[in-house]
Amino acid sequence: MKLTHLTFLFLLTTILACKQENKQLTRIEGKLLPITDSLELNKTIDSVIAPYRTHVNKDLDSVLAYAMDTYSKSDGELNTAIGNLFADAIFEQANPIFKSRTSKDIDIVLVNHGGIRAIISKGNVTKRTAYSIMPFENSLVVAALNGKQVKQLVDYLVRAKRAHPIFGLKLTVDADYNLKEALVNNQPIDTTKTYYVATNDYLYNGGDHMTFFKPNDSLYVLDYKIRNVLLDYFYKKDTINPSIDDRFIKLQE
Amino acid sequence: MKRRDFINQAAATTALVSLGGLGLQSFSTKSSATQITILHTNDVHSHIDPFGPDDGRNPNKGGVARRATLVEHIRKENPNTLLLDAGDMFQGTPYFNYYGGELEFKLMSMLKYDAATIGNHDFDNGIDGLYAQLPHAKFDLISANYDFSNTVMDTHVKPYKIFTKEHIKIGVYGLGIKLEGLVDVALSKETKYLDPIEIAQDTERILKDEHNCDLVICLSHIGYYYGDKSTKVSDLIVARKTKHTDLIIGGHTHTFLPKPTIEKNSVGKHVLVNQVGCYGINLGRIDFYFDSQKNKSADGTAIIV
Repeated sequence: MKLTHLTFLFLLTTILACKQENKQLTRIEGKLLPITDSLELNKTIDSVIAPYRTHVNKDLDSVLAYAMDTYSKSDGELNTAIGNLFADAIFEQANPIFKSRTSKDIDIVLVNHGGIRAIISKGNVTKRTAYSIMPFENSLVVAALNGKQVKQLVDYLVRAKRAHPIFGLKLTVDADYNLKEALVNNQPIDTTKTYYVATNDYLYNGGDHMTFFKPNDSLYVLDYKIRNVLLDYFYKKDTINPSIDDRFIKLQE
Repeated sequence: MKRRDFINQAAATTALVSLGGLGLQSFSTKSSATQITILHTNDVHSHIDPFGPDDGRNPNKGGVARRATLVEHIRKENPNTLLLDAGDMFQGTPYFNYYGGELEFKLMSMLKYDAATIGNHDFDNGIDGLYAQLPHAKFDLISANYDFSNTVMDTHVKPYKIFTKEHIKIGVYGLGIKLEGLVDVALSKETKYLDPIEIAQDTERILKDEHNCDLVICLSHIGYYYGDKSTKVSDLIVARKTKHTDLIIGGHTHTFLPKPTIEKNSVGKHVLVNQVGCYGINLGRIDFYFDSQKNKSADGTAIIV
């Protein structure tokens, strides 16, 4: 009897002791630690980064071409020199690839004004220039659109009143932004015809509210990054000298 | 030192939530307390070097070599520290374009990251590109709601990982964002996205009931919150619909939270949700204090943020 009692007591203590081991969450504290220049560099880490940094910088600073002037996407209302260069480069680089695969030509190039992420400064054009203009990984696609969709595309551009980079189109609006003329390859838009429109995968998927690419007859994925288009184009050219032209203009009163 | 820290905190109190009647005074007795420190980053996006002095937004901020100094210092103070990353380690600087994530993984390994979850941009060089960098990662990639079984990543990603620090069991599970519309199928291949809510509920139960974890942490890349009108799943929704998860460390939306958000879970308990912006300009820190003194009145948990 006494023994049982003792055993019980022993057991109870053990249980209690066990329970005491069971730790309770009593307090939680949260804070934000900014990483600033008041923190010393970890030398070991920095020495690991150093050779990578040297190589990347050396390569990014390698000169591909020379820019005659400084070109910014804000230097024109409905078309800009840098935007025209952007669209022309896409056509020039992508059309041979598209043609070799499909025996067809790209009719129109459309990318977005917001997609030009930096200016081209007068002087040396380097790989870094291409990376700053196009930091994203977007790549080219060509969509087969019917004439009606091309008209929607034109409506979009007229409504946007922005210098979205275009190639192959010639648009004229009056002083009140009413469409006066829309030509593709200098011909009026034929609603029965199929047009091949090059753009990037982001816009094709509805980015910037460009909803006119889908549905379509066919889609050609070129596996060609926009940044590589620019790198290849700059590499090919000795000098960069784009200009504002008449591909999208507003008539004066 | 710690005590002074705490007083500073309390003086500058922005929010003090007390559960179950534990008063401020109760903290003074911390005879056999265990402190678990969780450090975290998200959306570092290959930002290895600090921003330059001329940067328009984050001048002189960030940098892995500085983060290393801070992490090392905190680990020295408290060895019971975990370092976690909530995804999008890749893409954003030429380091990624030139080396495909090799340097990111090498440095994270040197900083002794314990685990990371997979963000949509970690697929940017395709699932094969991610796989190719695995030899450089000495930490685990965790994701509970990506099914990689038909891909090269099969067996290389665990749904969760359990860490034991001074008898405290910490279960960390990963959640990834819906790939459709964000990641080209050509890149993610046959990776299957599973419902984060169901998976979170399932995984937290496993961690709590089967593994008896003392702490359950969700490492998420699904985004902080998409607004009241959105049906998109987010960290706040996961917080509301789970019951064992103590902390959600988020990413994807680059949300800069000056302090963790306190949300109520499905059984009315508090959950912390945190996200520290992007590009490695901040390190998040959450400290959990466990007390072994079996004091009835110490049933509650005070949250100081």
